Amino acid sequence: MALDQSFVGRVYPPTAPYEVAREKIREFADAINDPNPAYRDPAAARALGHDDVIAPPTFAIVVTLPAGHQVIDDPDLGIDYSRVVHGEQRFEHVRPVRAGDVLQVVVSVDDIRSAGGNDLVSTRAEVSTVHGEAVLTAFGTLVARGTT
Amino acid sequence: MSGVEVGTELPAQDFPITRRDLVRYAGASRDFNPIHWNERVAKSVGLPDVIAHGMFTMASAIRVVTDWAGDPGAVIEYGVRFTRPVVVPDPDGATLHVRGAVRAVRPDGLVEVDLTCTVQGQTVLAKARALVRLRDGGGAQPGRA
Repeated sequence: MALDQSFVGRVYPPTAPYEVAREKIREFADAINDPNPAYRDPAAARALGHDDVIAPPTFAIVVTLPAGHQVIDDPDLGIDYSRVVHGEQRFEHVRPVRAGDVLQVVVSVDDIRSAGGNDLVSTRAEVSTVHGEAVLTAFGTLVARGTT
Repeated sequence: MSGVEVGTELPAQDFPITRRDLVRYAGASRDFNPIHWNERVAKSVGLPDVIAHGMFTMASAIRVVTDWAGDPGAVIEYGVRFTRPVVVPDPDGATLHVRGAVRAVRPDGLVEVDLTCTVQGQTVLAKARALVRLRDGGGAQPGRA
């Protein structure tokens, strides 16, 4: 069954504010086995021109994945999550995420299409600080296998 | 920017991936999908075994660029297509091999890098590409402030 095309363009409410902590960035960097000091040492980060420790380029998934679940879990869209795999992901940064940021995410549905018997749902997650500063945009495509 | 031109190769790296890495990444990223840590569940949905989070593979691969650039904040854009799951058997795990090469140097100085990401010779991430803002003299002096 093809997914409801009328979801294209739908915008979900902003997520609850997420405060990026130095220790969370360190935990994430440890988890990807990346010893880069810019993720741990404020002095090292400042030497590179950053205000505080910065997060790895894919760190924003920590906030955009839960935000995207608003779409995946939307009962009106009717995706079977057990059939969902990650198809594509892209991050476009205005600046790196850094410790102290209080982020919120606004997710919208960019595209819904069928290909090869699968449903593809493309979302856009605009990540900004609660003060309205744009930080990055995350584009993701999820593939719901064999639902047509 | 001297020395960085189309075709310039970045130092390649190998990234071993074990079950332990996947459990730790699940916790840090808050993605607890059991196909990344539970063999029974993975096989029940038709996978050969537990597979790595695509986002873990993506995070590993960009290190070829961030280590090269020195400043990980130099990565402005980064995107991939997940083409093939990285199967992580216990206890041996898998090894991700990542190569990078400069695809283009834009008139404004931004550098496009293509990444080639394989496991046992098979491509696992396609269209893996980063846009990088190198500092003057960067690109060959990791850790340079």
